[in-house]
Amino acid sequence: MADTNDRVLHLAGIRKSYGSGEVESKVLHGIDLTLQRGEFAALIGPSGSGKSTLLNLIGLLDRPTSGQLHIDGEDSGQLDDTGLTRLRGQRIGFVFQHHHLIPAFTAEENVAMPLLVARGRPDSEMFERAGHLLDQVGLADRKQHLANRLSGGQQQRVAIARALVTNPSLVLADEPTGNLDTHSADDVFALLREFNRRQHTTFLIVTHDPRLAARCDRIIELVDGRIVADQAVASA
Amino acid sequence: MPFEWIAAVRFLREGRMQSLLIIVGVGVGVAVIVFMSALLSGLQANLIKRTLSSQAHITLLPPEEIARPQQATDATALRLQKQAQRLRAIDQWQTLRDRLETWPEIAAVSPVASGPAFAVRGEANKAITVVGIEPERYNRVISLAERLTAGQLRVGAGEAVIGIELAKDLGAEVGDKLRLSAADGRSDTLTITGLFDLGNKGVNARNVYVGLRTAQSLLDLVGGVSSIDLALHDLDLAEQLARRIAGETGLTADSWIKTNAQFVTALTSQRVSSNVIRFFIALSVAFGIASVLVVSVIQRGKEIGILRAMGATQAQMRRIFLLQGGIVGFFGSLLGSALAWSFLMLWQLLARNPDGTPMFVIGVEPGLVALAAGGASLVGILSALLPARRAAQLDPVVAIRG
Ligand SMILES: Nc1ncnc2c1ncn2[C@@H]1O[C@H](COP(=O)(O)OP(=O)(O)OP(=O)(O)O)[C@@H](O)[C@H]1O
Ligand SMILES: [Mg+2]
Repeated sequence: MADTNDRVLHLAGIRKSYGSGEVESKVLHGIDLTLQRGEFAALIGPSGSGKSTLLNLIGLLDRPTSGQLHIDGEDSGQLDDTGLTRLRGQRIGFVFQHHHLIPAFTAEENVAMPLLVARGRPDSEMFERAGHLLDQVGLADRKQHLANRLSGGQQQRVAIARALVTNPSLVLADEPTGNLDTHSADDVFALLREFNRRQHTTFLIVTHDPRLAARCDRIIELVDGRIVADQAVASA
Repeated sequence: MPFEWIAAVRFLREGRMQSLLIIVGVGVGVAVIVFMSALLSGLQANLIKRTLSSQAHITLLPPEEIARPQQATDATALRLQKQAQRLRAIDQWQTLRDRLETWPEIAAVSPVASGPAFAVRGEANKAITVVGIEPERYNRVISLAERLTAGQLRVGAGEAVIGIELAKDLGAEVGDKLRLSAADGRSDTLTITGLFDLGNKGVNARNVYVGLRTAQSLLDLVGGVSSIDLALHDLDLAEQLARRIAGETGLTADSWIKTNAQFVTALTSQRVSSNVIRFFIALSVAFGIASVLVVSVIQRGKEIGILRAMGATQAQMRRIFLLQGGIVGFFGSLLGSALAWSFLMLWQLLARNPDGTPMFVIGVEPGLVALAAGGASLVGILSALLPARRAAQLDPVVAIRG
């Protein structure tokens, strides 16, 4: 089997609760989970089961109440806010449900944004990379359009390009197709799958769509803050 | 351009209406401050200039005599009285003059022999002050030559320059003769070579300028001077410098600040009250910028969350909003300076003397504009401190979900 160097993500005993004392609400009750490099996994479960909460913890946007979280072998518990931000910027790409782009910037600038943020200044290499990715997601002719001038499906493809521009180890997608019609949803999903095959990028995708979950390599099911099922999908 | 600048400029450009409104708001505040400062400094400079047109910045006089014991005999009392009547001279005034001329703070040194006398012409007889001067030196302290209304500034032997008021009282004109008589029967007949108007009725009625030698012999001060007038490069240092000179020479040194204490106090309180007004304008501008930025942080919560998810640090987020404050302040100050300049032009057009000349000349100095720009940018950054802090501390999870 794969050795520990190939562990992109390793969670042990992750708990998360909001509030404290009488109003404490426990959302996650001890999550153990490991993702190997190149995995394409779906995270499913009923509404309110804690999927987004878990994704935010993995994305280092939030801290667990207790438990261990390693990204590429690095222990996130040892890092301060700046350290978490750096690790997040380098290793993790996000695709959100509501295709969060920044409307004041063009498609190309939105894609280059994670590099711009990390490097501090614009350079031609980052725009080349952004342009290349936009070609790959089929938006070659929309590079200079402001983000809010694009359709929902186009915006989500820009968001995917943006998530991949830093060559992250792990891409987290929270219902990336939740806001799209079936046709666009299929396109976007196919695109994620393509990047996974070509670049061996690891994906963890939250979805409510059993049809799409079935097209992943592995399905992890969360109910009431516990993993109740975790199984490989027999390839079709 | 660094990332923070790009983001700050894009955010401001995107919120066009908001940015424009707040820049105009800052501009109005800056315009009032600049206009008020220019008006006040023009007004004060004009008042000071008028006050000092017939006054030296510092006047040096012989040391005050030490008070004598109270129980004096009639004989000593008489002697004392005589002594007091006699003009006292400054010892070694030439040496002192040459020494003071080397001081970098001092622009001009003018020895003066002055004392009381009567001006007689026909039936008219007026009490006046004979002022014996070296014209080139004196003119650098009090610009007499510029203030002549007739004739020339010529005070050779047998010549005198008198004020327009005295000329009226005596019915005299340039070229007429005038007899001056002083104590102990000394007298001299002089030709009037010029008439002056120093802008002060008392001075115009009282001062009769003659050559130093003429005054010395009239006033029984042969070879001596009764005072030394000084002009300084920096008016505000007058009092300090007067103390220093008094300490070093033992002379009495009166600065214009001391002799016009009430006037100076009035100027100072005028400045203090305008500073208070300026402070409150700056404060309200700061609150305006802060409130717009606070709203902007709330509106941009989602974008802040996305940028944080993309790896932007708290420090970067803070700088983006500090910069927006600074940029708004800077452009507001440019607009404000332009507005202030227009106000001042308009003001100069409207505020005129009865004869149509501008009441006094004021302008927006480049230094004041630079100060306004720097000050407003700083105020902008300071008012952005709180919004920037909020932006930095925004929880990205909450921001993205909302
Ligand atoms: N900041 C918070 N404070 C308190 N409770 C929270 C907070 N965030 C999430 N929760 C609670 O945690 C639970 C899990 O929420 P989460 O958003 O992770 O669910 P989810 O599985 O993503 O649901 P959905 O499928 O509807 O997106 C919910 O009961 C929610 O109310
Ligand atoms: Mg969710």
